[in-house]
Amino acid sequence: MSESAENLSRTPLFDLHVSLGARMVPFAGYEMPVQYPLGVMKEHLHTRAHAGLFDVSHMGQVELHGIEAASALESLVPVDIVGLPVGKQRYALFTNEQGGIFDDLMAFNTGSYLHLVVNAACKAHDIAHLKSKIGSRCEVKVRDDLALLALQGPGAETALESIAHDSAIPQIFMAGGRMTLAGIDCLVTRSGYTGEDGFEISVPNAQCEALAKALLAAPNVQPIGLGARDSLRLEAGLCLYGHDLDTSTTPVEAALTWAMQKVRRTGGARAGGFLGADVILAQLDDPSKVKRKRVGLKPEGRAPIREGVELQSSDGVKIGIVTSGGFGPTVNAPVIMGYVEAAYAAAGTKINAMLRGTPTPVTVVDMPFAPHGYKRA
Amino acid sequence: MTTRYTEDHEYITLDGDIGTVGITHFAQDKLGDLVYVEQPKIGRALKQGDDAAIIESVKAAAEAKAPVDGEVVEINQAIVDDPSLVNSDPEKAGWFFKIKLSNKAQFDALMDDAAYKKLIG
Repeated sequence: MSESAENLSRTPLFDLHVSLGARMVPFAGYEMPVQYPLGVMKEHLHTRAHAGLFDVSHMGQVELHGIEAASALESLVPVDIVGLPVGKQRYALFTNEQGGIFDDLMAFNTGSYLHLVVNAACKAHDIAHLKSKIGSRCEVKVRDDLALLALQGPGAETALESIAHDSAIPQIFMAGGRMTLAGIDCLVTRSGYTGEDGFEISVPNAQCEALAKALLAAPNVQPIGLGARDSLRLEAGLCLYGHDLDTSTTPVEAALTWAMQKVRRTGGARAGGFLGADVILAQLDDPSKVKRKRVGLKPEGRAPIREGVELQSSDGVKIGIVTSGGFGPTVNAPVIMGYVEAAYAAAGTKINAMLRGTPTPVTVVDMPFAPHGYKRA
Repeated sequence: MTTRYTEDHEYITLDGDIGTVGITHFAQDKLGDLVYVEQPKIGRALKQGDDAAIIESVKAAAEAKAPVDGEVVEINQAIVDDPSLVNSDPEKAGWFFKIKLSNKAQFDALMDDAAYKKLIG
């Protein structure tokens, strides 16, 4: 994506990023911090050891209001939304008629409406899709007036506590509710995209900088840029839309079947009824219909293997491609995600990555590469 | 000893007919934290502009190019074992390789310190 500086948007934290010494880069139509003076490696390790603060205000926040909101959203995602309890969040996927994925998102049930967080690069399309497909069944309210912060890492709870006063902190992964943080009314979920325990905090634009400064003043909290955000999510085995997921990939191929609850599958009370259900349910019911799968890969050497590198069988036949690859600072080794033909998807399978034209041995491994630190019950 | 610079941000410091090649402070800062270096083989004959070493940072892949024609006579194993040396001390302990020049005129035609400083602003 080529973007000229003049048409880039800024988040409410732009001035703060600059004052903290961030290197700003174009990303999904925004000027975003790729790293701070600490650097990607130390920012990554700091998040895993303590706590990191991420500006993710470029992501889209959308509310669905009305009695039919949950069932309407279920017509667009293969996920149990009707059964999503109040105060709980779920990962979801927008599918198309062919069963492909055109964005991934988070859906939180506030009790009075659904709060959605969608990817920055996809938000215009997602909003148009929501309005055209379910706008007659519920009110689609775009919340451009809200910013989003992610506080991630084993020290996140302590940091949040330091500004929460009497406000109750959501106690387990994917739980959430309203909190007053540093005197500011926020919507908080215990979630994130780094594999760590942590929180995502939806806050009015006008108060975002005050909240960010209060969190940065907490012990052991550092600002973290998009560079470390990418290596953290990759080590956690989490997909990046546009790289590991796209409109040609089904949730089954993407190994995201855990996101599709039984109630939406064949035999479930609300089976199907979402775009591409015929393709997706057929793949779930008959694994022989799944031609390729997303897998984790580990090379023997230390050379990073990056997106776009071809994957071959040991006899030199193309069997897949790398969709995300880089160096994992926590595992202190290269980490790779890619798609391979189903016959090569079992953990332990040895294949080759064509690194600068040279077959380089890699092994299919289970993900995540770095263990998740989510706070379960 | 004189140091010259390329537009690709390599430096070469000449001592007799042996040049010590590395990447500049500016280059390491742009690349970010280095995680992998692959050095050329000792004895390899390089032409000016050839990809000599492979450099991988957490963000991207890059190459260190040969600033002049010549033969690789020594490599710095320390940066293979610990690529972060290139970040912390690019123009001393973080050097890449030594090259025996076969055409000194190429060296003389590279940028001097003042010209390089002007290039990177």
